[in-house]
Amino acid sequence: MLNSSLKQLSALLAAKKISSVELTREFLGRIKTLNPGHNAFVTVDENRSLAQAQAADAMIASGQARPLTGIPIAQKDIFCAKGWLTTCGSKMLSNFVSPYDAGVIERFNVAGAVNLGKTNMDEFAMGSSNETSFYGPVKNPWDTAAVPGGSSGGSACAVAARMAPAATGTDTGGSIRQPAALCGISGIKPTYGLVSRYGMIAFASSLDQAGPMAKSAEDLALMLNVMTGFDARDSTSLQREPEDYLRDLEKPLAGLRIGLPREYFSKGLSIDAARAVEAAIAEYRKLGAETVEVSLPNTKLSIPVYYVLAPAEASSNLSRFDGVRYGYRAPEYSDLNDMYRKSRALGFGAEVKRRILIGTYVLSHGYYDAYYIQAQKLRRLIAQDFAEAFKQCDIIMGPTSPTVAFNLGEKSSDPVQMYLSDIYTIAVNLAGLPGMSIPCGFGEKNRPVGLHIVGNYFSESQMLNVAHRYQQVTDWHVRVPENLKAGL
Amino acid sequence: MSLSLDDVKRVANLARIEIGEDEARTALTQLSGIFGLIEQMQAVDTSAIKPMSHAQDVTQRLRDDVVTESDQRELFQSVAPQVEAGLYLVPKVIE
Repeated sequence: MLNSSLKQLSALLAAKKISSVELTREFLGRIKTLNPGHNAFVTVDENRSLAQAQAADAMIASGQARPLTGIPIAQKDIFCAKGWLTTCGSKMLSNFVSPYDAGVIERFNVAGAVNLGKTNMDEFAMGSSNETSFYGPVKNPWDTAAVPGGSSGGSACAVAARMAPAATGTDTGGSIRQPAALCGISGIKPTYGLVSRYGMIAFASSLDQAGPMAKSAEDLALMLNVMTGFDARDSTSLQREPEDYLRDLEKPLAGLRIGLPREYFSKGLSIDAARAVEAAIAEYRKLGAETVEVSLPNTKLSIPVYYVLAPAEASSNLSRFDGVRYGYRAPEYSDLNDMYRKSRALGFGAEVKRRILIGTYVLSHGYYDAYYIQAQKLRRLIAQDFAEAFKQCDIIMGPTSPTVAFNLGEKSSDPVQMYLSDIYTIAVNLAGLPGMSIPCGFGEKNRPVGLHIVGNYFSESQMLNVAHRYQQVTDWHVRVPENLKAGL
Repeated sequence: MSLSLDDVKRVANLARIEIGEDEARTALTQLSGIFGLIEQMQAVDTSAIKPMSHAQDVTQRLRDDVVTESDQRELFQSVAPQVEAGLYLVPKVIE
């Protein structure tokens, strides 16, 4: 049961073969066993989860069940959930019990899903390895010496270790896709604007987008059906007709044109990751797809552009943490200014402070045009690269990450090396396009490799179709680490 | 462009983050590395390009000017570091 798909769990619940309370207890038990060694969850609240499960059982009994009713879902600790500690991986919010629900949490509540707990993450979602969390790093279930990726590393680990059937994540520069790749699970960042940002603690507002992380494309589709939708409280939420993301899953892939950006298969890509991705592309050819070489010439610029725009937006967003209305306040200070300065010095970790300093600098007088405006202009060039490429293909594929998961501590002292590991994912956020990662094999030290799938705006349904057909002829997505098979 | 120790301290002050001498030195080394990366942007001529601030070309939605929030002061202040009589307490601002 712990290894079942969302569809299977939904069927078991509907047939009354199991109750939501029983199912939730199963996962809570697994978390109790495995979380101490993995640190995927920062908050587990059995009473709250079980109360929701009871309510879900009542919904099912009265015939009001929806597809995810009664299913426990792990929530990234970036989403405010009423009555739940919501820390965003930071000491700054280590005492913050949210007084309200995020738009995403509300949608899961309406669907009757159970909040299984809050997952660990890089502090304020700033990181690619989960090592910047105030609550300590998450371990990769495939190899506990390795990072799980970040920033949604807790969610990725929870799904990979089968502590949760599915989880939420957020992706500002790759934070859903990279941990999904490194932990051997599936994850999708939808088109910017499809999922509400209300109550999702802001990092870089023009790039932040929430999405699901799960075992398969089919599960992602079920999750997206719940998560997407207009929210008037998010000023960039898009008003669109609701879609059923399951509708195209089974479509044949004959004639699909897959664009392979030459910049994604050049220097910097490790041999083992390249081998797995190329094998996946060969599999797509067998499924009837054609491949065409495309070019995204400004790929290399996406990292410098991102490290101007994201810190600039972060420095503005994080100015709200001042120790006055909520969050951490320093124990001693002389005056108001000193209270701000000490609360922020003690409440934020090193990476967050670094990014606030970069952002403050690039927005400061005399540098604004040279950095911020220049980065916004290059952002347009990067978006145009994709528009050109999509004239020649339906979908773009490549590696999600240049290497398999690196070791804990390997890059944590060198921010530039850490930043470069997001080379393939960042441009997608800058353009606002949907991006996805699905498992496609294993590389060095038997660590997972992810296949990156990038679609045009609003093509989530097609991307899920492309991923689903692959998952019907391969079994990478159902693999579980050998030492974690007990109890499944 | 090269960043100086004074720049780091000035920016930290603007960002209201207290920074010690040693921390400022470490930050200088790391920020210099990051700005080394960022400088790659300057090699591109962008004089003819319009800045892109947003992924979707949408305009700001407007709504009717009506009250949408209810009074939840007690709930919101329950997570505040220090409150008294419904007010947030901070050190004296005006001497």
